[in-house]
Amino acid sequence: MHVFIDAFRFIARNGQIPGQPHLTTLSYYSLETAKIAAYAMAISIAIALPIGLWLGHIHRGSFVAINAGNVWRALPSLAVLAIGVAFLGLGVANVLLALVVLAVPPILTNAYVGIDQVDPTVVDAARGQGLTGWQVLREVELPLAVPLVMAGVRTAALFVISTTTIAALTGYAGSLGEIINDEATYHLSGVLGAAICIAALALAVEVLLAGVQRALTPAPLRSRRGGVIETLPVGWIAAAAAPGRLTHKGQEET
Amino acid sequence: MNHVLLASAAPIIPKSLLGNPDSYACERANRLFCWGWLSRNWGSVLWPALRQHVVITLIAVGLGFAIASSLAVLAHRYRRVEQPVVVVTTIFYTIPALALFEILVAVPGFGLSLTTAETALVSYTLLIIFRNTLTGLREVPADVREAAAGMGMSRWQVLARVELPLALPAIIAGVRIATVSTIALATIAALIVNEGLGVPILTAISESTFKTELIAAGVLAVALAVAADALLVGLQRLMTPWARAT
Repeated sequence: MHVFIDAFRFIARNGQIPGQPHLTTLSYYSLETAKIAAYAMAISIAIALPIGLWLGHIHRGSFVAINAGNVWRALPSLAVLAIGVAFLGLGVANVLLALVVLAVPPILTNAYVGIDQVDPTVVDAARGQGLTGWQVLREVELPLAVPLVMAGVRTAALFVISTTTIAALTGYAGSLGEIINDEATYHLSGVLGAAICIAALALAVEVLLAGVQRALTPAPLRSRRGGVIETLPVGWIAAAAAPGRLTHKGQEET
Repeated sequence: MNHVLLASAAPIIPKSLLGNPDSYACERANRLFCWGWLSRNWGSVLWPALRQHVVITLIAVGLGFAIASSLAVLAHRYRRVEQPVVVVTTIFYTIPALALFEILVAVPGFGLSLTTAETALVSYTLLIIFRNTLTGLREVPADVREAAAGMGMSRWQVLARVELPLALPAIIAGVRIATVSTIALATIAALIVNEGLGVPILTAISESTFKTELIAAGVLAVALAVAADALLVGLQRLMTPWARAT
């Protein structure tokens, strides 16, 4: 098992790369990975969330919204990236575009399903009290849909982080995948060290977003047992694949 | 690799042997899609890769289903099992594919083998199938369960004859998701074993990005996923005849 000991030795003390005097190799690439993933997520959320929420609010476009999620799962990210590079050439903007293409569907589908599934009697009651459409969305539907909406965001975030490393296979040099994919330069210890780093990064983002979800969920809807485990991103998958059959936990409690 | 050899060999071969002198013009220009390349390389490159891809997926989903559904049945009966299984499978599910492949390769006894690739692919199916199976089993109405027990069925008979059949739609929904995402993920397994549709994709990338091969292999992977999904929907209809009545 001493390859793993070497890997941790690499994590503990890895050299600097030329031109980046303040950062070690691993921290530089980790930051680059986090940066492009954050950009991709920001763009995807800005595009997909308003559309998904609005479609869910007016209960239209279920075909598009649901099937976006279904087709998305079948897309091999390696092929999407490679085809993107083949047509647009290699560059940060093009990799970003591929990441956005891969991150939009889960966010859109979940936002749609989350809002669409809100109990219609609750919405009627809110309307009866004189709330406008916008107020219904913001104050009633959105809080009730937080678990599913956030599940989509978390699924997309995991997928984006995972895909930044795969982008290295198509020649993109701005992520930890650059180390993972270059055993000749970094040796097995470096490859393993970077793999452990990206795994840790993904787990950290997952825990962080679970915390965000908990903070956004209205207190009475939070699960009593609490903890990160109770709010898995997989919930949305069940909801999207078998609508109506597997209702979300948060809905049963209301 | 084929197209590059052919493209570079083309000028030396007498034109009479090639038939049409423009046979490889499309490949040389690396146009959007060369149908000629497709027909020449279907039998030697794409069809074998597609077959291997199907086998890799079947093994991964089969093993994943066997492990995850047994764990779910266990967790249905003994509640304590659920938490540890969910924690472990969530960690596997969260680790990026490329990293998990590389970490497994370094584990003694794994290395660059089909075992490594399958282990990684199986670990990604576990959470989805476990979660769906357990949810399906738990959502069986309590009165149905009590009626079965009242008829004198033992706990395992209730499970086999009542709970599992009623949970089938949820279980198959999980298997569908696991299958489709495994087909997409298995393209990355080509880094470890020289099999599956990832092989032509990686070849096309390494050879200055040959578009036809990329598109052909990518489209085949998506088509395979769609076909597998449709097949499983059909299977569900066959296995749940009572659902069709309503």
